Amino acid sequence: MTTRITTTDVLVIGGGLAGERCAIEAAAAGHDVLILSLVPPRRSHSCAAQGGMQAALGNCVKAEGDSPDVHYLDTVRGSDWGADQEVARIFAEAAPIAVRELAHFGVPWTRVKGGANSYFIRGERVKINEALENDGLIMHRDFGGTAKWRACYAGAGTGHSALYAVDSEVVRLGVTVRDRAEAVDLIHENGRCYGAVSRCLRSGQHSAILAKATVIATGGHGRIYGQYTTNATINEGMGAAIALNTGVVPLGNMEAVQFHPTALSPSGILVTEGCRGDGGFLLDKELSRFMVEAEPEKQELASRDVVSRHMAQRMRDGHGVATEHGPHLWLDIRHLGEEHLKTKLREVWDICQDFVGLNPATDLIPVRPTQHYSMGGVRVNKEGEAYNMAGLFAVGESSCWDMHGFNRLGGNSLAETIVSGRLVGRRIAKTIGAGSVNVDTRVANEAVQKAEERAAKLLAAEGPGPGAYEIRDAMAEIMISKVGIFRTGEDLTTAVDELKELLAKCDNIVLRSKVPGMNPELTFALRIKSMMRLSLITAMGALARTESRGAHFRSDYPLRDDANWLNRTLARWRGSSNEPEISYEPVGVLDVPPGHRGYGADKRIEMEQTIDDYNQRVDEAQAEQGKLPTEGVL
Amino acid sequence: MSKARANRRLKFEIFRYNPQDPDSKPHMQNFEIGELPYMSLFMALNEIREKHDPSLQFDFACRSAICGSCGMMVNGKPALGCRTQTSDLPNLIRLHPLPVFKLVGDLSVDTGIWFREMAEKSEAWIHAKEAFDPAAQEERMDDELAQKIYDSDRCIECGCCVASCGVANVSSEFAGPAGLNRMARFSMDPRDTRDDADWFELISNEHGVFGCIGMMACHDICPKELPLLEVYAYLRRKALTTAL
Repeated sequence: MTTRITTTDVLVIGGGLAGERCAIEAAAAGHDVLILSLVPPRRSHSCAAQGGMQAALGNCVKAEGDSPDVHYLDTVRGSDWGADQEVARIFAEAAPIAVRELAHFGVPWTRVKGGANSYFIRGERVKINEALENDGLIMHRDFGGTAKWRACYAGAGTGHSALYAVDSEVVRLGVTVRDRAEAVDLIHENGRCYGAVSRCLRSGQHSAILAKATVIATGGHGRIYGQYTTNATINEGMGAAIALNTGVVPLGNMEAVQFHPTALSPSGILVTEGCRGDGGFLLDKELSRFMVEAEPEKQELASRDVVSRHMAQRMRDGHGVATEHGPHLWLDIRHLGEEHLKTKLREVWDICQDFVGLNPATDLIPVRPTQHYSMGGVRVNKEGEAYNMAGLFAVGESSCWDMHGFNRLGGNSLAETIVSGRLVGRRIAKTIGAGSVNVDTRVANEAVQKAEERAAKLLAAEGPGPGAYEIRDAMAEIMISKVGIFRTGEDLTTAVDELKELLAKCDNIVLRSKVPGMNPELTFALRIKSMMRLSLITAMGALARTESRGAHFRSDYPLRDDANWLNRTLARWRGSSNEPEISYEPVGVLDVPPGHRGYGADKRIEMEQTIDDYNQRVDEAQAEQGKLPTEGVL
Repeated sequence: MSKARANRRLKFEIFRYNPQDPDSKPHMQNFEIGELPYMSLFMALNEIREKHDPSLQFDFACRSAICGSCGMMVNGKPALGCRTQTSDLPNLIRLHPLPVFKLVGDLSVDTGIWFREMAEKSEAWIHAKEAFDPAAQEERMDDELAQKIYDSDRCIECGCCVASCGVANVSSEFAGPAGLNRMARFSMDPRDTRDDADWFELISNEHGVFGCIGMMACHDICPKELPLLEVYAYLRRKALTTAL
């Protein structure tokens, strides 16, 4: 049987902000672009980003003196020095342009109101006069871990408005979108990627898409924590997985997992950091503002890793509100007033009414830290090209570009999507040339056949084997209880053993439904083994890393250790091996020497080598790990 | 609003049809599950699929009423499944797919293609004056206007309004409530250079705002509570003042 093959210049896997921003850059340069998306692009999880997008425009009084330099410093500190500082620099400098471009695409950014304004700052109502000459420029709100007000926002629906604006450009440029389609394998040969095998989620049919450049833009993989995540049900990490499954592309820093301080309890639905940015409080069951004592300087607006740890500790110490779903704390935004809540935090207002039936102008909101963001992902060079795989790129949350290191700042990921999408799109547009895809169709046919056989084998399996949902539930319980906010060697050792056992079970899965076409159980069963691999890599990376850095906190190794761990974890999965291979590379050239973040713990183990010695071996060490040379087009 | 009511036995009657399966015929299938506190249809349908019938098709993504994936007919009315609490419903819950849109299977319908076509027909994007200048400061906008555009931009394209619309149900050419709202959103945006004559062409016919026969179910069921009544008034006014 011959395979259905489509050819395009650029294949973008994922229709969220990063993928679509990349797609329009390539399409505007005249290339054929095809977007594959699990859902209609506007339903991608970018739409759920609420509070803001960081860009140092410096438009309001509390943003005075802001600049890309300050943004860069905040980002490096936020990362706990785990970021690639060169990438953080590229990002901070491009963010203002990317945000203004979104205004050009139609985002209705909230604007500066010249004259008297009233804000809540560090627990007090403050009157500030905004300069009349700034009236009508893009406004900022405060967010965690930043020196200035920098988050640009459209109410509390920033991601929604940004995604709709960018998707309207996709429509304007006539970019082909194949929705309800999933990339299940990459097509590659001899270290070059030629596209992907696509599975249609309407019919279950497989086909090949050949491309000169392939971009992974599939977002995070929070669903390895099952229901204990703010992420959408579609955030199962299949982009990272298909890169991993090539056997040669490494995933970076998978143990760096962000827990957002304020997810609704128990549903896990996100409540934006903008609530605290606009003056909201965190309260314990005694209604005490515990963050004031814990972090006198930043209070509720320390970075997310720091705030989530204080919250988790507060609940461990018995100050959480007990419920049948476990303890929670309170978010208090009553003092912001109904008008503010119904405009600047409109989506929070809706969520509170819809999902817990409460009125945030008069009631406290039950919240607890919940898995939120994957700092780890497909390891790429600064132009977004994957290690060891020419022609394969990754952007946004699915990548480890790596501007976030071990903790990303709120609002930086939304900005990253459009900045990296824009830059990587440009890199692709400039370098793919006018030729055709240069690969034997045999490679495509074989890849499709392999994917078809995998599905057929699952459908054919009979007997008492385990179900895919049961494996998912077991995985989620292990991840949340042993690979969560507080980690220990003992828990992680158990987690690794249990995950390995579960992974082995994936080969014996038996489906209960054999219906043809779009079989939802089959669709999920095809993903679970890859999700298990991502989970195991996360747990193994966390076990190996005997220090605490950013969101990775080891109770048995509570200090950041710059002597031994100022590096990035890389994990590869070779062939049919039972476990990944873990190795390390330097984080990148250090410009800002490791130091105190300005919040959180101040104690750490200092570097032993000099910065110069460290920097000297970065290039060689990263090249050994498979980093491809850059084209110098940024 | 939603109560933590629980401990009822919930009876579901769910529309089933798999167009990919030659043996499948459209029919209603019954399920029974126990109610939990704060149970949404997102929770209930996943429980039914995972414990009772793994072939059941439906769509959810964000489960927080922002992605617009899970529009369905709940006891005869279009609603977002994730936002619908079982405690607000009687213990017999009848679910059908949204009408108007092409059926994918069971409760799953193809809204993506419908909305892409609508966006293409109405050219729902900013028709910019000139190319973006990366060196320039952003063009200014009054915050009140930004807020007004944002109010209209909040549509999540779930399709509930389209499903509830008597005209959209019988005419595939009608822009539908969501389509009209999108036209209003761009026409009030000063960054879009289309003039009154362009808008008149798009709005002032039976496929535009004059196709609406004013039953206003859309306004009542919109999960984002968009002010559709005002939107149509704005468009009619715009059409009439242009014609004068």
